[in-house]
Amino acid sequence: MNVFIELLNAEFLIASVRLATPIILASIGATICDRSGIVNIGMEGMMLMGAFFAAWAAWKFANPWFGVLVGMLAGGLFALFHAWATVSLHLNHVVSGAVINILGFGITRYLLELFFGHPGTSEIIPHSLAEYRFAIPLLSRIPLLGPVLFNRTPIVYMMYVVVILFVWITRKTRLGLHIKAAGEHPIVLETLGISVKKIRYIAVILSGILCGLGGAYLSIENGNSFSEGMTAGRGFIALGANIAGGWTVVGSLIASFFFGMVDALALRIQVLGVFRVPSEIFLIFPYVAALLAVAGLVRKSRAPRALGEDFQIERSGT
Amino acid sequence: MWYAILILLILRKLIVAQTVLETLGISKSFAKIKANQNINIKLYEGEIISILGENGAGKSTLMNILYGLYRPDEGRILLNGAEFEASSPREAITKGLGMVHQHFMLVETLSVTQNIILGEEPRSWFGINYRKAREDIINLSKRYHLKIDPDEIIANLTVGLQQRVEILKALYRKARILILDEPTSVLTPQEIEDFFSIVKNLRDQGTSVIIITHKLEEIRAISDRVYILRKGRITGEFITRDVSVVDLANHMVGRDVILQVNRTNHETLDEICFRIDDLKVMNNRGIPAVDGLSLYVKPGEIVGIAGVDGNGQEELSEAVIGTRRIQDGAIHLRDQSIKHWSIENRIENGIGYVPADRQKDGLILPFSIAENVLLGNQNARSMIRYGHINRSAIRNRATKLISRFSIVAGGPDLPANYLSGGNQQKLILAREFDREPDFLLVSQPTRGLDVGAIEYIHNQLITMRDRNVGILLISMELEEIFSLADRILVIFRGRILKEFEREEATMNDVGFYMTGGTHRNSSNV
Repeated sequence: MNVFIELLNAEFLIASVRLATPIILASIGATICDRSGIVNIGMEGMMLMGAFFAAWAAWKFANPWFGVLVGMLAGGLFALFHAWATVSLHLNHVVSGAVINILGFGITRYLLELFFGHPGTSEIIPHSLAEYRFAIPLLSRIPLLGPVLFNRTPIVYMMYVVVILFVWITRKTRLGLHIKAAGEHPIVLETLGISVKKIRYIAVILSGILCGLGGAYLSIENGNSFSEGMTAGRGFIALGANIAGGWTVVGSLIASFFFGMVDALALRIQVLGVFRVPSEIFLIFPYVAALLAVAGLVRKSRAPRALGEDFQIERSGT
Repeated sequence: MWYAILILLILRKLIVAQTVLETLGISKSFAKIKANQNINIKLYEGEIISILGENGAGKSTLMNILYGLYRPDEGRILLNGAEFEASSPREAITKGLGMVHQHFMLVETLSVTQNIILGEEPRSWFGINYRKAREDIINLSKRYHLKIDPDEIIANLTVGLQQRVEILKALYRKARILILDEPTSVLTPQEIEDFFSIVKNLRDQGTSVIIITHKLEEIRAISDRVYILRKGRITGEFITRDVSVVDLANHMVGRDVILQVNRTNHETLDEICFRIDDLKVMNNRGIPAVDGLSLYVKPGEIVGIAGVDGNGQEELSEAVIGTRRIQDGAIHLRDQSIKHWSIENRIENGIGYVPADRQKDGLILPFSIAENVLLGNQNARSMIRYGHINRSAIRNRATKLISRFSIVAGGPDLPANYLSGGNQQKLILAREFDREPDFLLVSQPTRGLDVGAIEYIHNQLITMRDRNVGILLISMELEEIFSLADRILVIFRGRILKEFEREEATMNDVGFYMTGGTHRNSSNV
């Protein structure tokens, strides 16, 4: 019993939030993209691009805020490629996503050599966003939740804003309604004079921006440099969180946070060394959890009906 | 004197209705096919017109031109007297044209309100103003007597109510002209009655309506005027009350058609060739779709299963042919239980199957006619030798079937997707009949086909019956059931709710049981 009390304290929750943040961002990105009908398995690649360019800009201009901006931009631009391939060129979404992942890894590796002159890891950035940690007055004084949620670093706060923003977008705005319609029955939009193409481009690019932000979190807030493949499968865990969360923003948030907790748990078990097994074994926790969650929950949730389907307006025939 | 002229002018204004829509010499070609040639139609204010034509006559093309999806090659459209050139559906909508497509354009997971306002959402500073949208819809539904629950999710609505949502969607966009594409093809008889009164009500409130259809009876029931479209041309224009159904049919097809099938009396044998007892089958979601269904078929009779789509018909036919697992109950072919038989076994022992979806389940479209004829005969000695397909044998067989069933095709090597719907269906029928089955399961054999093809297929089915084949006919078309079946069973929620002998059944009674047999009037939601 003692073991568990030691495991589950405020520090554990703080670690959970820290580890869940990039997954939450990427999984909301996946949700918004999938809801428009475009399959996104390229979060990993988009996050890597975001992480790399955030680190590069933060290093080059010695300003981490600039890094955040460039990271989001890089993610968004890279997603534009996915949108172009799937929406305009009618390429299979999964194929394009796989290409995005491979390219994301390859391009960042190549640019690392080109910009920093050596492989492996970039230079350490002069200022990381972790320096800008601040406590929100009053809210941070709430027992337990205060220090866990409201004494954090900038991108974590941005993540809160993203969650609220996207819940609002999906539930209350025209864009959200049109995205949902595009993912369920795209021709309906077209008959009402709304361009499915445009809606899908917007959704895919939004998802890239969120992935870019998630990547930036890894390289300039949680860490202080970029290293090759530093996303370590978080993009895929985000994919799992999106599916386990039933293609909804709140579901993605909850599932991602759960994976963050599992991750944190694995870390703490390793540090405390409470079980007599090689500590490396706990590293697979979050991946196994993602697998089980998806396998167990995917049957109950329903994917957008037109997810992964190509959309073309027929202008011929009788 | 002056007064008299003035009064005359006013009267004239009242009597001669305004032309709201007019096409002048519209033509449109696709590749080599002339889909529309020199189309001239007129629509007056507050009038219902029908455009009658067979499949492929060019109805959809014409509608898509009016709706801005296609551009005409030639000709002009006048809308309220002004030149109208719709380059997109949006433009057509803003000019007051509303369209209700045959396959509803509704997002099933969204609510009625969300579907109606899609693209025209009232806004507030905070996003979509759902409160205003809801009020607008309630007002609209009161004004046109289209009762609907604005908060219901589309997937939970019956087809009739979904159509109501579609009409409201057009009215919400202030449509003055409503184009309805095959509006009754998915409705039950009661729903059709409701639909007619809705449309008449719309007309009385000044909306002009164009109904595109290939159903003759409903034209008589509802429209003021009718245009007949054949092979891309207007071949006739009639005031509906001056013309008979037979006249309309002849104009539509271009030759005399027998609307009544030559249904001779035929003695059924006093034995049972196919029997289902207490069958239970699950649908894809694990919910019983067929739930305690029993029936029998005698050699030489056609048993018709009438019912609204989605009451277990699909699962029933899949269970019979063997592509769906049987949960409980028994199926007998003659005296043998076939419950555990493979599909192969069932076919070889005399079950023929004409599936409802001819393109998905009946044929492999990119395959040639000859290869499609081979399907299901893959063990036949005559077609397969030492594991190899005997190409010349299947081509010969296909050639024979093409002439015997008068399939219009270039030859046995033509891929099946080059055939028209009617000829595809004939090909399936030919393949199944050729195996000389003892029992035939025929599902929706004439869906979407034109009168000529329907007539042919019906007569073929009667011929099979007269050769003492037992036929189980599943159809959503009541007229089809009535013109073919010797016995009529009504399926509702996976059970046979009622059985009629052909002679004692009326359309009204059957329709009543199709909707559950609990309420006589379905106009209340």
